Amino acid sequence: MIYALRVFAAQLHTALVLTTTYRAEMILWALSGTLPIILMGVWGEAARTGAMPYTPVEMVRYFVAVLVVRQLTFVWVIWEFEEEVVTGRLSSLLLRPIDPVWNYVANHLAERLARLPMIALLVGLCFWLHPEAIFVPSPAVAATALGVTALSFIVRFLLQYTLAMACFVVERASSLESLSFIAFVFLSGMLAPLDLYPAWVANLAAWTPFPYFVYVPAQILVGADVDVPRAVGLLFVWGALLLIAQRWAWRRGVSRYSAMGA
Amino acid sequence: MKALARTIWLFWTTSLLAELEYRTNFAFSLLTSALNLVASLFTLSLFFRYDAELGGWSWGEAVMVLGTFTILQGFSATLLQPNLNRIVEHVRQGTLDFVLLKPIDTQLWLSLRRVSPWGLPDVLLGVGIVVYGAALGDVTWRGAIMGLGCLACSLVILYALWFMMAATTVWFVQIYNVTELLRALLDAGRFPIDAFPRGAYRFVFTFVVPVAFMTTVPVRALLGDASGPGLLAAFGLAATLAWAARALLHYALRDYTSASS
Repeated sequence: MIYALRVFAAQLHTALVLTTTYRAEMILWALSGTLPIILMGVWGEAARTGAMPYTPVEMVRYFVAVLVVRQLTFVWVIWEFEEEVVTGRLSSLLLRPIDPVWNYVANHLAERLARLPMIALLVGLCFWLHPEAIFVPSPAVAATALGVTALSFIVRFLLQYTLAMACFVVERASSLESLSFIAFVFLSGMLAPLDLYPAWVANLAAWTPFPYFVYVPAQILVGADVDVPRAVGLLFVWGALLLIAQRWAWRRGVSRYSAMGA
Repeated sequence: MKALARTIWLFWTTSLLAELEYRTNFAFSLLTSALNLVASLFTLSLFFRYDAELGGWSWGEAVMVLGTFTILQGFSATLLQPNLNRIVEHVRQGTLDFVLLKPIDTQLWLSLRRVSPWGLPDVLLGVGIVVYGAALGDVTWRGAIMGLGCLACSLVILYALWFMMAATTVWFVQIYNVTELLRALLDAGRFPIDAFPRGAYRFVFTFVVPVAFMTTVPVRALLGDASGPGLLAAFGLAATLAWAARALLHYALRDYTSASS
């Protein structure tokens, strides 16, 4: 156990060094997550002129929270995995006495750490644009939000990594992710707070994992009233289901993996 | 001129043939485009559900802006991404040498070598909803012609911006996804510029990343209420950026030292 932890620590360290080498690229990726800032402007303006259950300030805060949650839960494992299967590089990872998934986990975590200053910068930009919306969540709120965000990152990672297993069967598995990403964009609350949706859409969405990836953590962060135990419970159920599916698909996939190009 | 047309014809037919090997992709990209569009239309409808003003734009007019945005997206998937996003690869691997040696204009080769059919669903759907939006209001023939002219300007603007971003990779080889940033900022084009708050937002989306000229101005022209100076500005901007893109490439190539040699 301790040995495994030491190995993972080493992987994390390597990943961190690698990410910080490609700083410019990382800054660009972080900057390309600016959709919440665009929507913040439009929705803030809409809340001012329209009749909706959000005040402009609440609306702006919601999108600041969306921005933070999105930056913290960004997942790209399917592209990384696809590349390694298609080029056959997965073979060398399979030879190691540790499951390749930890390599991807380390990459994602390291990138997250390296991204923190960018998040601060983007949040600063939001508050510069909308100084009236500046807020600081209480430590309890921040801790809950961070906990739920971490959990939702794990489930989101599991979802994408499960889809990535399709790489063993088809060449372009990332197409699956494009489809699932549409559902994500639509149902996660990234485009608008979900309680503005017609009730039946919002209720339907509540059973999928998507609202717990953005909407719920963001609402917790801005201090709205959220049923946290239910959210955590649903995330756990989805996480468990995906974990089972992933492990099953992984075993079948590796046994038919033919190491293309290697 | 005839030789040039023939070359481009050959470029495009060969790249289409190569892409058509993945025919199922077409059904798939049609599906993704349609779903994406439904999601965008749904989001737009939310604003009207809560009687938000959206800068005074009606549903039909706002839909036309979204349609124009979708057309631009399709255009970038058809021509810009397959060509310009490869420039960085050419610089990294030094294969830009071969392009420079060819007896054809470098910019032309870099911009038109490939064409991808996967952006077509977006173009078609975009045109479809612009027509739907136009049917809701009253669009005159004169407006339609002006709108088309403005759309041509916005295609040039988008191309030039994309090309300039891609050309900077001659200096910053490591930046793989510099155009992602542009794509992210372009998302603002889903909404009419008047839907944004006054101040920083409108300034940035008009003067820094001229999204306003790409989607709002063509639709205004289509509706027949574009001002003369507005149209002139769109045309001037397109011409200036096209010139700047060319100048930047030639300036950047002076610093190109090839890879591994």
